[in-house]
Amino acid sequence: MKKFFSLFKKNKATGERNTFLLLGVIITGFILLMVIVGLFYTPYNPTKMDASAKLQGISFKHIMGTDNMGRDVFSRVMYGSRITVAIATFTILIGAGIGTIIGALTGYFGGIGDEITMRIIDAMLAFPSLLLSLVFVSLFGTGTYQVAIALGISFIPSFARIVRGEFLRCKNMDYVEVARLQGASNIRIIFVHILPNTVGVLLSSVMIGFNNAVLAEAGLSFLGIGAQPPHASLGKMLSDAQGYLFNRPSYVMSIGLVIVLMVLGFSFLGEGIKRIKN
Amino acid sequence: MRYILKKVLSMVLTLFVVSLCVFLAFSLIPGDPVTRMFGTEATPELIAQYREKLGFNDPLLVRYFRWFFAFLQGDMGTSYDYKMPVAGMLAEKIPITLTLAVMSFVIMVIISIPLGIYTAKYENGIIDHVISVINQIMMAVPPFFSGILLTFFFGVILKIFTPGGFVSYTKDLEGFLKYLILPAFAIALPKAAMATKLLRGSVIEEAGKDYTRTAYSRGNTTNAVLYLHVLKNAMIPVITFMGMALADMVAGSIVIEQVFGIPGVSRILLSSINNRDYPVVEAIIMGIAIMVLVINLLVDIIYRIIDPRIEVEE
Repeated sequence: MKKFFSLFKKNKATGERNTFLLLGVIITGFILLMVIVGLFYTPYNPTKMDASAKLQGISFKHIMGTDNMGRDVFSRVMYGSRITVAIATFTILIGAGIGTIIGALTGYFGGIGDEITMRIIDAMLAFPSLLLSLVFVSLFGTGTYQVAIALGISFIPSFARIVRGEFLRCKNMDYVEVARLQGASNIRIIFVHILPNTVGVLLSSVMIGFNNAVLAEAGLSFLGIGAQPPHASLGKMLSDAQGYLFNRPSYVMSIGLVIVLMVLGFSFLGEGIKRIKN
Repeated sequence: MRYILKKVLSMVLTLFVVSLCVFLAFSLIPGDPVTRMFGTEATPELIAQYREKLGFNDPLLVRYFRWFFAFLQGDMGTSYDYKMPVAGMLAEKIPITLTLAVMSFVIMVIISIPLGIYTAKYENGIIDHVISVINQIMMAVPPFFSGILLTFFFGVILKIFTPGGFVSYTKDLEGFLKYLILPAFAIALPKAAMATKLLRGSVIEEAGKDYTRTAYSRGNTTNAVLYLHVLKNAMIPVITFMGMALADMVAGSIVIEQVFGIPGVSRILLSSINNRDYPVVEAIIMGIAIMVLVINLLVDIIYRIIDPRIEVEE
């Protein structure tokens, strides 16, 4: 724990503070706190409508105002962030999980299977990820789970490529040779010996991937594809709010700000972690 | 020449694979397209008759080649919902989406090249730090939100932009282009931020090399060295990014068109996805796929022009 806090102090050698890490931890902590508290408690019922309290501005009673149906925006944001974070997490689990397995196997074994897989992955990587997920959404249909799976699949190629590179680098190293001489099976070498050595690289790609997943989910749900009402995620809420930009700007701005903070927090965190290593 | 030929050949091959994947994916989805066409009016006889007439009883590969060659000739099939040729539905929309994407690309290039060189020139100066923080924030703002922010700033506060005031390019070309400026900025900003960051790093790296010192010692000014000597070499990694960014911008305009109410390809694509109007979705995806492949080919050719050392990979 002490070691953890020392990361935020000024580096004695360079006199520099890891501002990115500090900001990242604060912002991400705030967002996660909001999501976790939202599991048990929201100031108002996020789906309860109130005709007498439509489109109110920011006040102590409603810290982000109310929407066009009189629902408390902050409560809805707490609820919506949960869905956005859940979909992004699921996306990364699928993308990193399957991507790692594909990358590990192709990188380790090589050969014709590697050649074919990499051709497919290169072709997939050439396409904008938004388009790729739209293709999968149109195949699976719209909805929360479908979007999570679609996004997950479109995230597989980048993870596979990164892990494959790591395996190519590691597979002829001495420790792998030694393990092989000891009679370890290929599967054991892949998952017990090499994989732990790729965790560092994998972690920073997970950070970047999570950001992209949040942005992609927000984009898809902004387009009306994705979590369906009443389980609105942040992107959908933003597109609903856009219509009231002129009479109640704070409604749109507060939702947009939460999305920006979510992405910013993680990108600062990723940058901060990168700087610890250096 | 051999290099370009090889790249073109590989592009055609990739196009073939992509089109096969797209076709198979949409053919293997559960649900019969003919039943879908008639909706509630479907009778078994009618369905059987139309399945034969439209060739759905042929083997998958035969159908694929028929579809592929028709596509190459500009026949993209018929929409289930609108009962009209997809090519006709898209013909008026494609120029709008393309104009938007190209405009965003131009804005990205105009912003990022001078800014990237400037921040590299004054590395670790105050402005460099300020811009790097702004860049970090820009990358976190999704284009659809920056679109809303721009609408708010220019439409509500400054009142020099009318949201929803889109005019077609056939009626008023100038008004059309003017309306697209803000959406183009919304798409371009995050990409410009990334390109600036990338170019800055690349210029700093190149500036430490021998040829830069030679250029200085021949009496060039700093700007002449940076723009005439360093930029060309520093652009090599940036061009890859910009090529990908252009492809991303075409996809990104799909979202931005919704924000600004621009009647481009976006609206058709979304309604066809929601209504499972597959011929339309297929056509749009193939269209974008072809565009992406052509962009990649162009990037490869530009590479070769900038750096003739790049050889054909054997």
